[in-house]
Amino acid sequence: MSDESNIEPAHGHEGDHLPEEPIANPGLPPHEPRPTDVDPEKEKRAERQVAALFGLSAISTVLFAVAYFTLDVGDNWSTFGSLGASTVALGATLGLALLFIGIAIIQWARKLMGDHEIVEMRHPAYSEEEDRQRALADLKIGFEETGIARRPLIRNSALGALALLGVPAVVLLRDLGTLPGDKLEHTIWGRGGQKITTVVDGKEVTVTVPLMRIARDAIGTPILASDLEIGDLVNAQPEVLFNPERYYVDPSEVEGINLQINKSKASLILLRMEPDDITPGKGRDDWDVNGIVAYSKICTHVGCPISLNERTTHHLLCPCHQSTFDLANSGKVVFGPAGRPLPQLPITVDDQGYLVAQSDFTEPVGPSFWERDYDRDRFGDDD
Amino acid sequence: MRLLNRSAGRLSRHRRGPIAGLVVLLLGLLMTGGLYAVFAPAQANSTASQDELAKEGRQLFLVGCAFCHGQNGEGVLTQDGQQYGPALTDVGAAAVDFQVGTGRMPMAVPGAQVPRKEVVYSEDEIAALAAYVASLGTGPSIPDADMYDPDTLSSEEYDDYVTRGGQIFLANCTACHNFEGSGGAMPRGGYAPRIRGVDPKKIYEAMLTGPQSMDTFSDGNIPPDDKKAVIAYLDRINEQPSYGGFTLGSLGPVSEGLIAWLVGIGALVGFAVWIAAQTTRTSGKKDGADA
Repeated sequence: MSDESNIEPAHGHEGDHLPEEPIANPGLPPHEPRPTDVDPEKEKRAERQVAALFGLSAISTVLFAVAYFTLDVGDNWSTFGSLGASTVALGATLGLALLFIGIAIIQWARKLMGDHEIVEMRHPAYSEEEDRQRALADLKIGFEETGIARRPLIRNSALGALALLGVPAVVLLRDLGTLPGDKLEHTIWGRGGQKITTVVDGKEVTVTVPLMRIARDAIGTPILASDLEIGDLVNAQPEVLFNPERYYVDPSEVEGINLQINKSKASLILLRMEPDDITPGKGRDDWDVNGIVAYSKICTHVGCPISLNERTTHHLLCPCHQSTFDLANSGKVVFGPAGRPLPQLPITVDDQGYLVAQSDFTEPVGPSFWERDYDRDRFGDDD
Repeated sequence: MRLLNRSAGRLSRHRRGPIAGLVVLLLGLLMTGGLYAVFAPAQANSTASQDELAKEGRQLFLVGCAFCHGQNGEGVLTQDGQQYGPALTDVGAAAVDFQVGTGRMPMAVPGAQVPRKEVVYSEDEIAALAAYVASLGTGPSIPDADMYDPDTLSSEEYDDYVTRGGQIFLANCTACHNFEGSGGAMPRGGYAPRIRGVDPKKIYEAMLTGPQSMDTFSDGNIPPDDKKAVIAYLDRINEQPSYGGFTLGSLGPVSEGLIAWLVGIGALVGFAVWIAAQTTRTSGKKDGADA
């Protein structure tokens, strides 16, 4: 550092704070010309090299276009080893085209462009005192000439116009959608057991929706409590997603985006363990069926779906940030950044022996959110 | 008789020939082998009943397994109550066929993970061990080929199975075994093994029995036909072309990012350093060293 600042400055800015030079400034080494500077033949040669490199780049670009139009995508994927001919050819030709341009420019700059040592001195980052004073004075004059202190009418109308500019922002943000309301607090599991009015044969009747059966994810069939053996883990969904009519739900409510929304909140992990292994939470004594427990599959940290379970420990691990939940103990967090236990779904069996949800989750599933009622996080609070 | 004598005489003329010794040796070996095949005791798998198999299996069990799993497969606890070897009373023949048939048992070193290794027992011995352990209690039996083999499907069926199996795989298996079955890390040093290119029978048995920390996917959990669909999907993955170039282990963004940063950007940095270190000056001395 001090070496550089001790070199004879090229233009001004000699600070007073420089220490006495303990060692004489050796200065720059003498300029040595390049071969291309002194030998016209070598200069010509370098020129040809650069031109040839640009030429190679042009050829590669042409080959890229040729490869694009001649090689089939997909049909000849094993032409080069196990790689696709089209993929490899496109990547290689485009890569070479860019690489040759790069090499050519570097060769050009190093062998032919101007060659002289340049020293640029460091100087203080702040402006000269004189410049600073002048800038302040200019600002002051400008401010006085606006006359903003003397003309309150202009000042106030300007402030009003600027403040109103906030309105378009609010209006546009409103387009992002309605406020979530209490949607985050409920899942489609709560549909079971509700009393609803529906139209049957042209008459309005009040019916009770059957309790929501638990169905195998992707397969879609409801699960009998007797189906499961100890050690079984089932990735499950509410049966309404596969059989909406049974729950008096319009099929459009479990299709497309609605399906994704419902799935993302209602996904379930079902685990059967030795009944003696379970330590039920307060008020959760009847939440399991013969050792079968059900928990939300959505991590309470940032909402990743979790199903990495260790059968031997009943520990469920989230792959995103390694939060670990003990499924034998009310989904308590045993490791990682999650702040709350996994929500447990109270389950029972219906008269045909199928596993059903007793109710909705008793707390919001998934990650924390601003309006969440944290007072409800105590075990067994039920509303 | 004369004919015989004459041919014997012709033969005996060659008795000092250069290949005579070799021919006699081969004849001798053939006869020994043939006679042994005729008179040797019948092989266990051809005739033995399940009871005899189980009896044979018990002998093998006492030698190779009882130290950890107990003399009657009841399991062994350490002095402080930890499980040394789990009970095998209700694991079934499928578990034995999987654990011993993939070399995981007998275990070489206790640890977080019992790795797949060379199979120690022969097929007959594994069948005997499986028969013995199956006789100890309940548990799934070894599946038949038509339950798991995707080759038994017609080509239209195969496509349906692959589609369905893919959905089931993504819902149930990817969490641990990766979206292409490349495997993944588990807590405390364990790992979910790579399951591409694995014998379909072993995959079926693994789902059925839940080896080590793996959850069970019993027939009540994922029905047998859906298990076959999962295997068809894995079978399809094995043949999947890699259009985009090297798969880098099919591990997703981790290996891809690692290669991009280390190899890709590393090569660029190396290139830049190399350019800066070269001189364009006349004198041969290295400018890079003192610049």
